[in-house]
Amino acid sequence: MKLPDLTELAVRNLRESVLRNSLTTIGISVGVASLVAMLSLGIGLQQLASRRLMKSGLFDTIVVSSRRELRNFSREEERSGPPPAESRILDEPARQEIERLPNVAEVYPDIRFITELRYADKPHLTTIAALPASAKSRDAFESLQGQFFSSEMAPEAVIQKAFAEELLGKTPKAGLDETNVNDLAPPLLGKELTMRYAQREASPAAPSANNTPAASGDQTVAGASYSVVSRELKLKIVGVSDLDPESMRGPTRGRVFLPLKLAESLHVVQPTDLREISRAASDQPVYASVSVRVKNPAQIRTIEDSIKKMGFNAFSILDATRSLQQFFAVLDLFLGIFGSLALAVASIGIVNTLVMAILERRREIGIMKAIGASDRDVEKLFFAEAGAMGILGGIVGVALGWAIGQVINLGTNVYLRRQSLPPEHFWSVPWWLVGAAIIFAFLVSLAAGLYPAGRAARLDPVQALRYE
Amino acid sequence: MSATERSLQNGLPAAGAFEVQTSTGEASAIHAEQLCRHYRMGDTLIRAVDGVTLTVGAGEFVALLGSSGSGKSSVLNLIAGLDRPTSGSVIVQGRDLAQLSREELSKYRLRTVGMVFQSFNLIPSMTLLENVELPMRFAEVDRGKRDSLAHEALSRVGLQARMSHRPSELSGGEQQRAALARALINHPRLLLADEPTGNLDSHTGVEIMNLVREFNRQLGMTVVMVTHERALAERYAQRLIFLADGKLIGEEVNSAAAGQTGASHAIRDGARP
Repeated sequence: MKLPDLTELAVRNLRESVLRNSLTTIGISVGVASLVAMLSLGIGLQQLASRRLMKSGLFDTIVVSSRRELRNFSREEERSGPPPAESRILDEPARQEIERLPNVAEVYPDIRFITELRYADKPHLTTIAALPASAKSRDAFESLQGQFFSSEMAPEAVIQKAFAEELLGKTPKAGLDETNVNDLAPPLLGKELTMRYAQREASPAAPSANNTPAASGDQTVAGASYSVVSRELKLKIVGVSDLDPESMRGPTRGRVFLPLKLAESLHVVQPTDLREISRAASDQPVYASVSVRVKNPAQIRTIEDSIKKMGFNAFSILDATRSLQQFFAVLDLFLGIFGSLALAVASIGIVNTLVMAILERRREIGIMKAIGASDRDVEKLFFAEAGAMGILGGIVGVALGWAIGQVINLGTNVYLRRQSLPPEHFWSVPWWLVGAAIIFAFLVSLAAGLYPAGRAARLDPVQALRYE
Repeated sequence: MSATERSLQNGLPAAGAFEVQTSTGEASAIHAEQLCRHYRMGDTLIRAVDGVTLTVGAGEFVALLGSSGSGKSSVLNLIAGLDRPTSGSVIVQGRDLAQLSREELSKYRLRTVGMVFQSFNLIPSMTLLENVELPMRFAEVDRGKRDSLAHEALSRVGLQARMSHRPSELSGGEQQRAALARALINHPRLLLADEPTGNLDSHTGVEIMNLVREFNRQLGMTVVMVTHERALAERYAQRLIFLADGKLIGEEVNSAAAGQTGASHAIRDGARP
């Protein structure tokens, strides 16, 4: 029998005992809905977690330093690879080379220095770090008070909460609740900080009078002699960050942040400058370390390996993401199993309905065989009925599961808002799940139809037609 | 002859294409040899058919007679390919049904045999048109062709006004006519009728039998009819075969029916709808 005929007959048979078949189909829908609900919760939580990780800037960042930089993150790195003195310099060509690796989003120099800042005529000593514009979307700045830098060159600063406390002289006492960033920000925002720093300036011997020495001075003078000049820059406090954006760097983490382009243009003397002066073969800036941001945390290991192959030290918080992925795989599996239980129960409903249908339609099957239906025709007809219930139940079930998810999402967000927490979208029904759920329901239904269809096909027409 | 009759006739293969020669020299459509069908019911063996040998010629109208339990319906089921013999052979159109696979047997039922039953056996949830179309669905005939053929067949049995009715809305005679239309739809060579008038009053029964005879004479179909009414058999069948306890006990050529031509019969009875 051809497929359109088969479908038509199956649908008309389903309509004949509409109540029973609807109930069976609703059973499948509930099963699919529970499966979809469970899996979309798992997927949603996973997406939420990886979104958080991406935004945190911890798990998508590799810190690359030259092996010459001896201050390594691990002992192992000291032993593997070429000896430090013979290894590559982390200069501008190297930075560009890393940037060309696949799946690398950006590579920016790590500019950080310890210097003195004056606020209200009082000196404060702290680490200053530069941030690229892309850092704006990081989690650490989600609860930022004030705003992020207005431009890449703006003489503006974002300060960390702890430093804000220091500026205001509000060091929290042990045992007490943490100070709220909302209270710290208003008196500081818009205020001025005076930063005193050491600028590296091309030596007067350089023929060029250009005032951008790192770019032009080093180009012309192979010996790269330079002077160190003390400078001052007035910075406007535009933001106070609640979280610690550089927690991964431990003791070297910055507490005051400047726009990257601005920091680069300052040519602050870096610790490497002194060491590299004896070498200074490069006509490009040399970096102590660069930060590599990857497009996808899953690729971090391959990128890290290729960077190590280039002869640099690389560090990332990789294992945490790996075990997190494992955790979610297990979670999804369990949620999937629990979700499938309802579908398994529903498939027993299909078997029951179809076996009942055989008993009820015994004579009809006999007639069909007498007028020429083959075993296979009868079998296919029952399969088609099971499959039709499966597809219909699958479609309704996906819609139902999606609706359940929306309701729970809404409810949770109402709760989060009451707790004055930002709303989260932790429920996700991707398109592949929609398709997969319907196909899965279809296949489960076909499997459930296996026994009834076989039984109907084997029915003896003489027995079935015996005059009652 | 109407246009519909002509087209139904044209759809048939040339008469005699599949016949085998028997010892009598007559072209035979069905030949059963030492046919047995035994059932086991508990400890007792029931010999429903017990060594029946018979031959039906192509285009012949034969009646199988006997009381209930004589095995006449079992013989018909064996010829129809609905059942398989315990031993012996049934050769229809040159093919031994005992040797066919289940799949081949269903093809045989679809293409070679048309069946009508005492209880009509129409599918209650389908309209007459759908019932008549059903065998063509199994034969994978295109929808458009199927529709026009089913219309034709129903018109032929006088049910053009009833096509969209369900069987339960029709009289017994109408249902049996629809069943006849369904039996003809795939142009079979063989019409097997199991007590076709058993559930009908005598007047309606005559109408149905006239249709059956018309198919026999005009379309050249071989007809085997099971009945327990001797009078009915004598009026229509060319040959009567008597069965008792699963055995063939006698045979009678009915010269009255055998000698008449189809055309004169159809006109004289005036029973065509």
